[in-house]
Amino acid sequence: MTNTVSNAAGNPSLPAHSDRIRVDLQLIADMVEPGTRVLDIGCSDGELLGYLTRTKNVDGRGLELSNEGVRNCVAQGLPVMQGDADRDLGDYPDGAFDYAILSQTLQATHRPKEVLSELLRIGNKAIVSFPNFGHWRARFDLMFRGRMPQNPNLPIMWYETPNIHFCTVRDFVALCNEMNLKIERSMVLNESGSRVSMDSHSGFANFFGNQALFMLSK
Amino acid sequence: MNTALNKDKRPPLPGHHMVLGETDKLRLDSGVEFGPFTLAYQTYGELNAEKSNAILVCHALTGDQYVADDVHPITGKEGWWREIVGPGKIIDTDKYFVICSNVIGGCLGSTGPKDINPETGKPWGLDFPVITIADMVRAQTMLIDALGIDTLFAVIGGSMGGMQVLEWCKSYPERVFAAAPIATSFRHSAQNIAFHEVGRQAVMADPDWCGGNYLLEGKKPARGLAVARMTAHITYLSQPALHRKFGRKLQNRGAITYSFDHDFQVESYLRHQGKSFVDRFDANSYLYITRAMDYFDLSMEYDGRLAEAFTGCKTRFCVISFSSDWCFTTAESRTLAHALNAASCNVSCVEIESDKGHDAFLLDEPDFHMVLSGFIDGAAESRGLK
Repeated sequence: MTNTVSNAAGNPSLPAHSDRIRVDLQLIADMVEPGTRVLDIGCSDGELLGYLTRTKNVDGRGLELSNEGVRNCVAQGLPVMQGDADRDLGDYPDGAFDYAILSQTLQATHRPKEVLSELLRIGNKAIVSFPNFGHWRARFDLMFRGRMPQNPNLPIMWYETPNIHFCTVRDFVALCNEMNLKIERSMVLNESGSRVSMDSHSGFANFFGNQALFMLSK
Repeated sequence: MNTALNKDKRPPLPGHHMVLGETDKLRLDSGVEFGPFTLAYQTYGELNAEKSNAILVCHALTGDQYVADDVHPITGKEGWWREIVGPGKIIDTDKYFVICSNVIGGCLGSTGPKDINPETGKPWGLDFPVITIADMVRAQTMLIDALGIDTLFAVIGGSMGGMQVLEWCKSYPERVFAAAPIATSFRHSAQNIAFHEVGRQAVMADPDWCGGNYLLEGKKPARGLAVARMTAHITYLSQPALHRKFGRKLQNRGAITYSFDHDFQVESYLRHQGKSFVDRFDANSYLYITRAMDYFDLSMEYDGRLAEAFTGCKTRFCVISFSSDWCFTTAESRTLAHALNAASCNVSCVEIESDKGHDAFLLDEPDFHMVLSGFIDGAAESRGLK
């Protein structure tokens, strides 16, 4: 899965066996209990999966859209298969994992609602992060430039972006409510990956938050 | 029955020979109790004190046990997987104890249809029982038992070798720590069965096949077997690979000859492939081994529910396919990987971009080597192998 948008997309990647990982991935990793079973959907080059395997002794698996990503993961000894969040989650048995992680990928899926419900079928908990389209920069671009947002955090033009289902933090919370999903934890982050607010429901977070991170359960 | 002794004219082939099934016979899928029989095998490297570093390499249809030899005793070429197996290589023989055995039904030292049936004193020919992939693996388990190995660190193989890998994991999951089925499938497709049937019919249509009794008649169905090999060889390549290698180039001539001589390089190449194959392979073995592949379908006994073949299997898998392989497609590998997922197995599944077709697994493909290497190293770390 293309790791499409993130606050650190432009940063050079860290060495494969470094125990320092991208800030937003670190926040996800902090939510995972050691020794658990984890499925990382859209695991890219395996940065998070490798970290969890090395430092938290998780039984981790990955699903990744790009062949290159899969190759790089397997070459590091990580169990990853080529696949697509929209199409390939159906094979996993119910409750096969303690956590199903979908990092910066939900907005690129064709059916985000179905993907969310699949995450909570195969995982007891889902950890989901996504870019916030309600961020003031996006609002500014639409309101004053009359253009689709394009900035360092959303660098790709509308006709090329894989991000086809943008939402705001509030939209996401509304969807969770509609699906009767329990928000166990949430945080909204600014461009450097620091927390803007613990209250993801606030208008402040939705305005200043660059990306959001949720842990959900049924 | 010692096949090495049965080869009256040729000197015995180098390597190990183990006679198995003397007391407990090999129970074949067909119901036949078979034995004693011989498996010819090669080993490379040293088995460690814990007997935890053994890797079984399974060979393909026309492969053999000489996986990493410097010089093949018949062809004079290097072993078929020297790219992968050897000191310091991906399957590092300084670290692992590598075993490769000629399949039962084969013709490079393991008991097969060209050997003497002790009941008649004549070559088995078509009286040799039909064997399956599961029979090949059952015979291998007897060899592994005899070598005193309980759990194999890894079972690795491409094409028919990959079928054996999957059979190992289905039938003896507790004996396989890691498995790499490469360019293979959990079942032989209709298209592959069809090509095999063309090959078998070519052999049988050769008058020198003599109803399978050519050894008794002092003949050899060389033309039929060569045609079988030529057809099969095309399926192992890809259209782009063939075109890149040969195009429409002419063979040692400036113009077409308006005849049925081998005007084109590709014709000459195929004729050579057919001819050289006949020197190293027994025609009846070709019939039996292609049949074993045709019969292979791991999902059959589960009414097509492949995942059930791997229920509770703790083996870690790395399923590898090649983009231009039209014998064993990536789609088949993905079906396998999905079934492994559904059975909660630990599975990696990678498609390697290559235009070299099915044979890519035997060739220098850096991405393939990188993936296989990472998988083996990762598994070794989990297994505590240094």
